[in-house]
Amino acid sequence: MYNSGKIITGLIIFVGLVTLPFWYSIGKANIKPDPSLNTPVINQMKVKHCIESKQFMIDNHMELLNEWRNAVVRDNKTIYVSTTGQYFTMSLEDTCFHCHSNEKQFCNQCHSYVNIQPYCWECHVKPAEEIANGH
Amino acid sequence: MDIDKRKFLKVIGITSALWVGSRFTGGLSSVFGIGDTLDKKALADAGFEISKTLPDPKALIGKQWAVAIDLRQFKTPDDYKKCINVCDKIHNIPDIHTKQDVKWIWEEPYDNAFPEQHNNYMEGQLKDKSVILMCNQCEFPPCVRVCPTGATFKRHDGIVMMDYHRCIGCRYCMAGCPYGSRSFNFRDPRPFIKKIDPDYPTRTKGVVEKCDFCAERLDKGLMPACVEASKGAMVFGDIKDPNSDVRRILSNNFSIRRKPELGTQPNVFYII
Amino acid sequence: MIEKAFYGSKKYWIWILFLLAFLGLCFHFYLMQLNQGLTITGMSRNVSWGLYIAQFTYLVGVAASAVMLVIPYYLHHYKAFSRMIILGEFMAIAAVTMCMLFIFVDLGQPMRVMNVILHPQLHSVMFWDMTVLSGYLVLNLLIGWTTLESERKNVAPPSWVKPLIYLSVVWAISIHTVTAFLYAGLPGRPYWLSAIMAARFLAGAFCAGPAILLLLVFLVQKFVKYRVGEESIQTLSKIVTYAMSANVFFLLLEIFTAFYSRIPEDMNAFRYLFVGLDGHTTLVPYMWVSAGLAIVSLAILIPPQLRNNTKLLTVALIALVISTWIDKGFSLIAAGFVPNPFDRVTEYLPTFPEIMIVLGVYTIGILILTILWKVAISVKEKTTA
Repeated sequence: MYNSGKIITGLIIFVGLVTLPFWYSIGKANIKPDPSLNTPVINQMKVKHCIESKQFMIDNHMELLNEWRNAVVRDNKTIYVSTTGQYFTMSLEDTCFHCHSNEKQFCNQCHSYVNIQPYCWECHVKPAEEIANGH
Repeated sequence: MDIDKRKFLKVIGITSALWVGSRFTGGLSSVFGIGDTLDKKALADAGFEISKTLPDPKALIGKQWAVAIDLRQFKTPDDYKKCINVCDKIHNIPDIHTKQDVKWIWEEPYDNAFPEQHNNYMEGQLKDKSVILMCNQCEFPPCVRVCPTGATFKRHDGIVMMDYHRCIGCRYCMAGCPYGSRSFNFRDPRPFIKKIDPDYPTRTKGVVEKCDFCAERLDKGLMPACVEASKGAMVFGDIKDPNSDVRRILSNNFSIRRKPELGTQPNVFYII
Repeated sequence: MIEKAFYGSKKYWIWILFLLAFLGLCFHFYLMQLNQGLTITGMSRNVSWGLYIAQFTYLVGVAASAVMLVIPYYLHHYKAFSRMIILGEFMAIAAVTMCMLFIFVDLGQPMRVMNVILHPQLHSVMFWDMTVLSGYLVLNLLIGWTTLESERKNVAPPSWVKPLIYLSVVWAISIHTVTAFLYAGLPGRPYWLSAIMAARFLAGAFCAGPAILLLLVFLVQKFVKYRVGEESIQTLSKIVTYAMSANVFFLLLEIFTAFYSRIPEDMNAFRYLFVGLDGHTTLVPYMWVSAGLAIVSLAILIPPQLRNNTKLLTVALIALVISTWIDKGFSLIAAGFVPNPFDRVTEYLPTFPEIMIVLGVYTIGILILTILWKVAISVKEKTTA
């Protein structure tokens, strides 16, 4: 084989680069995220239920938020009718954070785990509790 | 042997599914244990549908909002300040004292607000008078015409609106606006906001912003904050409705607009 | 064919490494801008576009100017350009790439750049500018690469290239016309609101572009054996002369309209540039340098006996490039925002980081140009030896 040295070195570098994500996370603890529902508002609820089913919210909250902002900003619609027929104001601050006032124990649990950094907080103000703590 | 294999699979599974894949596969359900996937069909069968959205029944409805500013009623500096301060406060406007400042509503001397009206022999009182300036909410807004992404657009009720999520910060709208009503966030505005109002988002660096006639208040049935604070010196209403307050005051008083010759049909009227 | 770029002299590699190293330095400043925002530039609320957009404008002209070779060569079968044409086409590729990068570095939210395609707004000139620029890039890549490849294989270019070449002629005009429309269609900017803006842009482009091409050819001929031929240089410098004359003529037309009508808003920008407005005179010296150099370049270019002297021609071309650059690559944008809608003057000068980012984009352009010209000249040296 001609240039076998170069080819093999190249292959090693290639394989190394392709498998980088695996090497990157080896040795890191894979602690299962555990979003906390322990907030004053949620604790007072008799039936702990989000605006839609838990599974739907886990899966689709980002699409839902995207629809909300389009509806509010672009179509002057501010009310969301849930599948159970309840009405909610489409507002991150007034609706979502009203219950989920614990960004660190709720939002960040999964977001950190899957290594995504949503830029919500660059504009939207974090839940009151967090601000009080000086974040 | 078995355990090692399982561990290995776990590493592979979690890293590939989450570290790389989660953004594309659409959904975080995999976080809660590999293998649990959401049965979307079942959800659909159960009658689920997204996006049932409605306007607030209290919302103010109009075809084209407009404001008439009765400059005769602006006498003391406080008359201006109260309108400007309330806007700055509730919209988290940063207080930046450089050429890269951000303004939604502000004062300019009459001569600067209406440069084409300049007159060497003008009556003294008007010449020295300050004028309240804000976005003109043009009927034919050049900023909307030039925006390459639809980040600035005209709402059904005539408000020239900003979608801060969509703005790419090209600043073409700033070149397009003949009224200097637009500001760019050259930097993160937050350090320049004295007290952040948690009810309204701040902006992020790299987007353009401007007055939006308090769209968020109109949608809740409230008047724009400056109008409310002006105690009658600013009259707000639907310019297409002949019975509206704004039409009434305009039909009874002489009014001017900034650069009407450009054909943008500004909706901020000044009674002098 | 690209392999030609990987075999070069020591000088070639040192040059590439130097460019890469300098690019790294400039990139540092772009990271700074990403991190802190456009606050690191000299732009402001009133002068909201600056050096970046001005470079974009200037380079669209450079890109479009390839048509000054394409028309004579392909439409009039002017064979003297056969050794020059590929260099012009490849320069256009480098220029268009820089244009796109200059738009990109000007964005406040560069990560969202795809919004222009995801939410296309057919009423925005910027959407059309993006469309014509991308199209022009593709056209030049296809045409340049295919014709060069055919030449290397010593066969006639495939027949589908011909229609693309004719299309590229119209397309080249369109990129600079649409770029002029970016400015000429804005109601509140009297300096830009001119029907001859596109014509001025094209005239400026057709002198500055070929001038830069000629200067680069002179430079490269110092390092390679390849020669473009005396006749092609003379013809192209004649084109430069006519275009520069038209460019100056158009500027004088603008000045006449503004100053004979004596409409203040039409005069203000010119006043600001050449004598200063309300005591603001930052750009005045630059503008007089630009005017002086324009006269110098025309004085050398117009008489044939001076123009045909390579040394004098070089001086004239350098003067022309600097003159048009000050006019179109700098003051055109800044002065468009003067005076502002409140009849005030806010001045603009770029900051050091801003200049470094500009140099970084130019470095990428030079890198692309180096590689493309290396390929072209290597192929040409073989086939024409």
